[in-house]
Amino acid sequence: MDIEAKVKQIVMDKLGVEEAQVVPAANFIEDLRADSLDTVELVMAFEDEFGLTIPDEDQERLRTVGQAIDYLKEKLG
Amino acid sequence: MSDLSNKVVVITGAARGIGFAIAESFCKAQATVIIIDLMPEAVEKAVNALKGNGTKAFGYTGNVTDAAGIEEIFSDIVGKHGSIDCLINNAGITRDNLLIRMKEEDWQLVMDINLKGSFICTQKVFKHMMKARKGSIVNMASVIGLMGNAGQANYAASKGGLIAFTKSCAKEFAARGVRVNAIAPGFIETEMTATLSDEVRAEYARIIPLQKMGTPSDVANLCLFLAGDSSAYITGQTIAIDGGLTMQ
Ligand SMILES: NC(=O)c1ccc[n+]([C@@H]2O[C@H](COP(=O)([O-])OP(=O)(O)OC[C@H]3O[C@@H](n4cnc5c(N)ncnc54)[C@H](O)[C@@H]3O)[C@@H](O)[C@H]2O)c1
Repeated sequence: MDIEAKVKQIVMDKLGVEEAQVVPAANFIEDLRADSLDTVELVMAFEDEFGLTIPDEDQERLRTVGQAIDYLKEKLG
Repeated sequence: MSDLSNKVVVITGAARGIGFAIAESFCKAQATVIIIDLMPEAVEKAVNALKGNGTKAFGYTGNVTDAAGIEEIFSDIVGKHGSIDCLINNAGITRDNLLIRMKEEDWQLVMDINLKGSFICTQKVFKHMMKARKGSIVNMASVIGLMGNAGQANYAASKGGLIAFTKSCAKEFAARGVRVNAIAPGFIETEMTATLSDEVRAEYARIIPLQKMGTPSDVANLCLFLAGDSSAYITGQTIAIDGGLTMQ
């Protein structure tokens, strides 16, 4: 499975949203109704899935589905 | 007796005293019991004393103020037993003195173990409970954290802090199905209180409505209740177990 598909799957699992909602522009908090703890859980799930550590200061850069995919591609690429 | 046979319970500072009594009660209730305490020999001795009759008791040497060590212990427990369903933050100390004579080290040590230790263990366990979407955390406070006591300003501040910490965590964790409550024991018969003179005991009996000190198993019974599903709708509370001493 590629990064994009894995990220979408994690977002669907953690936030309980439909695949159709998980578009690149979707903001986790505003569009997908994540609370602050959900965003922490998402980051932890990305870390587990992709075996990397996402520093606190980088979490600002992961506000949307697209940003998360880009970030992970950059780190893993 | 409540059935906790599918629960994994971790108790800090459980090599003796109240923590050990709690461990014994959970063993009787068929839970998987894991104790954490400072000295390897004391941990081994306690685990051996808990074993028998098919009990599932395990021990780790650890210090609640050592975040990396606690993280490792919890990961190991989850790896071996699948989950941590209940954490009892019981490790605690006193360093009593009148405030005017209190050394900064004694203030700091009590804060580090009683308050920061509970923060560290709670943070590390919540990582696992959050994923499991369930769990119960019990913080061992004290009536001194509610009433204050001359000669125990450091201890009172740490236990009062722990009660406020309990409420904040209960609010933060509620949406994840994780409950957090505090217990405030009054005067409990332990090695610590065994040395009290008859005079002091008589004075306690005079001010306690139920006219006697409590036992570690009184505290353990409340832990069983708070750990299990019987208390599923209770979170953020501080329950005094004090013979009526602090009733309002
Ligand atoms: N005994 C009472 O009357 C009473 C009353 C109210 C509250 N409490 C609270 O109940 C708890 C247990 O008290 P107790 O009377 O059984 O005390 P205790 O001294 O008999 O036992 C405490 C245990 O905690 C362990 N411990 C200390 N520091 C630790 C650390 N940094 N990391 C890991 N373990 C550590 C000790 O080795 C010991 O085994 C404490 O939090 C205490 O404040 C006790």
